[in-house]
This record gives sequence, C-alpha cells and structure tokens, in this order.
Amino acid sequence: MSSLSMRPCGDFRTSYKQDNTIFETSTIRWITIISIIALCFAPLVVDGYFITLLIQISYLGIAALGLNILVGFTGQISLGHGAFFGFGAFASAWLNISFEIPVFLSIPLAGFFTMGVGMIFGMPAARIKGLYLAIATLAAQFIIQDFFARAEWFSGGSAGSMAESLNLFGFVFNTDKSFYYVALFSLVFMFIWGCNLMRSRDGRAFIAVRDHYLSAEIMGVNLNKYRLLSFGISSFYAGIGGALYAHYLGYVSAEGFTIFMSIQFLAMIIIGGLGSIKGTLMGVIFMVLLPEVLASIVGLMKMTDWGNIPMVVDGLSYIKEMAIGLAIIAFLIFEPEGLAHRWTQIKNYWKFYPFAY
Amino acid sequence: MAESILKVEKISLAFGGVKALTDVSFEVEKGSIFSIIGPNGAGKTSMLNCISGRYQPNSGDIYFNQKNVTNLRPNDRADLGMGRTFQNLALFGHMTVLDNIMVGRHHLLKNNWLTGPIYWASNAQKEELEHRRHVEDVIDFLEISPIRKSIAGTLSYGLRKRVELARAIALKPDLILLDEPMAGMNLEEKEDMARYILDLNEAYGITVIMIEHDMSVVMDISHKVMVLDFGKKLITGLPDEVMADPHVKRAYLGIEDDEIDAQEAS
Repeated sequence: MSSLSMRPCGDFRTSYKQDNTIFETSTIRWITIISIIALCFAPLVVDGYFITLLIQISYLGIAALGLNILVGFTGQISLGHGAFFGFGAFASAWLNISFEIPVFLSIPLAGFFTMGVGMIFGMPAARIKGLYLAIATLAAQFIIQDFFARAEWFSGGSAGSMAESLNLFGFVFNTDKSFYYVALFSLVFMFIWGCNLMRSRDGRAFIAVRDHYLSAEIMGVNLNKYRLLSFGISSFYAGIGGALYAHYLGYVSAEGFTIFMSIQFLAMIIIGGLGSIKGTLMGVIFMVLLPEVLASIVGLMKMTDWGNIPMVVDGLSYIKEMAIGLAIIAFLIFEPEGLAHRWTQIKNYWKFYPFAY
Repeated sequence: MAESILKVEKISLAFGGVKALTDVSFEVEKGSIFSIIGPNGAGKTSMLNCISGRYQPNSGDIYFNQKNVTNLRPNDRADLGMGRTFQNLALFGHMTVLDNIMVGRHHLLKNNWLTGPIYWASNAQKEELEHRRHVEDVIDFLEISPIRKSIAGTLSYGLRKRVELARAIALKPDLILLDEPMAGMNLEEKEDMARYILDLNEAYGITVIMIEHDMSVVMDISHKVMVLDFGKKLITGLPDEVMADPHVKRAYLGIEDDEIDAQEAS
C-alpha cells in the first residue's frame, strides 16, 4: 500500500507500461538521472580520496546486490560471498594474463566463471535450507580460499597475481579518475540489470520461492532450478565486482577474501534492507562511509583539549571494527528492515506532515 | 460419457503404517465440477496432493489429458495446465496481489534471467504488458481490482482466498483443484465464491475438483460427488444419489448404524 500512498495526487497511470516502471514517480526518476550526471562530474570537483571511496562503493555495491538477490529476494543464505568476490578478481586477472583476453572482455567472463563456481557450491541449496545451508556455504568459503593459496597457476599463490588496467580502444583506465567512470558505469548498468530482473519473470519466481516455496512449485516454478540460478546470479555479481576490484588495484592477493569479507557483505545488505535494491546501495554507502566518518570525528576530537584521549585516538582501528559490529546489532534491534525501510518512513512522514500516520 | 480429463487408477498412499489412501479410482469428465467429500482425515487433501504432485502415490497411476503424470513434479504438471489452491492460505505474502497473480503466468512467460534484465532490448517488456492484460482480465473476473496493488499478506482472509483463486486461474489451467475454497467464510462470501466457481467452470471451461465441507454448497454446484472414508472410496455419483446412500450417511452425515438398519428394514 505504501507505494500507492506515496504517489502525488494528479499522477495517474493510464497504461500498464506506466505502471511497470522502475521508479515510482517521474520525479524520482529525474532525481536519479540528475544525480548520476552529477556524479559524472564529481572528479572535477571533489578530491582524489573521495573518488577512491566512490570506486569502492561501486565494486562493493555490485557484489552486495548479488548477495541481496540471493539472501533478500530468494531467501537463501550464503557465507561464501567474499570468496566468490575473490574468485572473480583472480579469474579476471588469470584470463587476462594466461589467455591474453582483453580486460573489457575478461571482466564479464570472470563473472560467468564465478557464476559456474557459485552454482557448483550452490547445489546443496536444492536440498537444504537455513542454518544447514549457511554451513554448506561456509565450506565454500574455506575451500575457495584454500584453492587461492594452492593453485599457483591460477592465483599466483602467496605472491598474488598482477592485473592489468582496463584498456578500451587504446585508452588506458589506470588512474583513479578514469577508472571512476568505469566503476560508475558498471554500477549503474548492474543495478538497472537487477531492477529489470526483479520486475520480469525470473525475479518474480525468486520472490515466490522465498515467500512460499510449496505454492511456487505448484504455480510452475522449478524450485531446484531457481535456487541454483539464484546462487549463480549472486556469484555472477560477486565476480563482476571482484574483477573490477582487481583491475582497479592492479594486484590481487588472497588475504582479503576471508570470511570477514563475507560477513561484511551480509552486514551491508542487512543494514541496507533485505530484498531492496536501493537499500543495497544505501547499506554499502553506510558501511564504506562509517569508518571514514569515525576517523574524521576522532580527527576533530584530537584537536580539542577534552577530546584528545589517547585510548580513542590510538585505538581508532579497533573502534572502526567495533563500530561495524555495533551498527549491525543496532540495526537488527531498531530497524531490522534496514535503511530502505527507514527512508520510506521518513518520506511518508514528510508527505503526511501534520498527520502523523 | 464425455471425454475424461483426469483418470485416477488405484491410487494407494501410505505414511508408514497409516494408510491415507487405498486403491482409489475415479474419473473426472471434462468441463464438470467434481467434489470430494468425507470426514476429517479421510484422505481428501492427500488425494489432491497426489493429483497436484506434492505426494508420490505408493502405487497406482494418474492420467491427465490421457498423459500419465504420476511421476511428474508439481511444476511440470502446472505446465500441462493444472492449477490449485491450498486449504491454508499459500500466497506470496510480501508481493502485491498483482505480482502474485503474475507468478501464475510463470510457465506462459518466455523470458529468462538473461533476456529479462535487458528489458527494453528483448521482448520482456512487451511480454510483461501482454500478460498483464490477461491478469487484469482475471482481476476483473474476481472483482479484486481495488486491491491489486496491496501487499497480499495484509489482506483479509476472504480476499486472500479470492487472490489465491485468481492466481490459479491465471495459470490458464484445464483443471483446477480447490482445497476447501469456502472454509472459514461467512454466508455472503460463500455465495460469492460459489458463483465464481460456477462462472469459471462455465465461462472459462475449466474443470473443477473441489474439496468442501459445506454440504449445501457441494450439493448445489457439483455435477459429481465422490465420498472418501478412511482412505477408501465409498461411492461416486450424482449429488442426490450420494446423499441418499446409507454408507455415506453413516460415515459422514452422522446417522447411527441402527437407524440405517431400521431404514433398510422398513
């Protein structure tokens, strides 16, 4: 019902096409388009550090959307998303180095490779659910991590693997500012892809499997196929995100893709809102900016007399990690439906202002 | 006799030592309304689950449109044109009513996870809009247009039952299985539902198999009635014949044995 009440008066829909749009109203669509255009000009205005944060939001956002399709929309669970992210990163570098496939092709190819791996590890999902599935995917996390350490032909072992910069028609995206456009384009592309997926046949089937798998099957949805496909698509996103990460840094090493990263992806989608595409992005932004905001607060405190507490100033890195845990707990207690839900609440409050509800 | 759409041959189903169904056979004519009645625990829902594929019978065969479907999965049976509703509501709670009904058209849609997301470049958008039209027909038919954008989980019981029926009709079935479509409804809602069942049978030509406890509804709208008791078939026949049968009275309508003996004696 909330979607109905949020429509301004006079905004009538006269065709089914208008009723099937991604954005609720044309205003929201215009705001989104204008923000994307504004983001295109960001490198001219803001300094380099912000650009690195935006790039980070882009590749993490793509991977987190994949996890949200799996967890939020299909109702499965995965504790191996960080490993799939890493697999995409190594796969793209490997394809590029070993087969000399140009980077702009190796990134999507890495996505499809990761999709294959994800579907292999997603096979238990056809039979088991909930906590048991979580443990099965945890196995995926450790198996893939072990594979990174041992398969030197693939990952370069403990030395890691070099990844070339993206080269498109002779233009090399090797600086932060140029790669920013690649990241932004990928983010927008993959999010539109996700939105369209969720409003077409297979996306609906995913939600049907989540909400009531028995009746989904009776309605003609092949349960095993869709559970597996969901793992595939989720890993595909993780692979794309990982590949972008690899070609952005130029160097991939196995240390980063641990269980902690998988948990971080889960935290992003829980904070953002399970089963919400815009929530995914909100969650990622929150998680990326949280340490930065903390750092700047501590930086400001350091300049005052009362705030220059050695424990806080020196222990910043611990505080950052604790803050992530605290944020997850706080969201689980106070806003389990995530930032996306809170956003809707605020919007409703604003619209109906003198009337509270 | 008209062509049969569903033929059940000697179905037996046991859960461990409990025999839910024993050698049940029946045929359903194309275009008829067929009711299954019986006391609680008689195996009515088990029968429906065997037909729709939730359960695999231990022995026996089920033919749907002359095709043996005994070993097919439920989703394959949906492809063949078999829809059903559940006794306990089984809507997709977080979806809108419209999306719920759109899921019913799943097997008729052709786009997949690769063509769907390139919405405008493939025919996904065209397909969505085309099928939306069919869905709107069903929505009009069941008079649920005011709630089409509501979240299914927030609706009242009677409306949810109706949405569930809409979802099953959207499947474009030849045969629809209704598990207690009127349970827990008041008289007015029951009358509406009976009207919808008759209409979908007559206007869409869908064969209906229905489980229902409200005897007046069963007797009024069904063409044939089957009575189950302890997993065995007692009788299949016209509603009046079934009502008059002494075994049915004993099993279901609650007349004591000696009364029946007295009736038979007189």
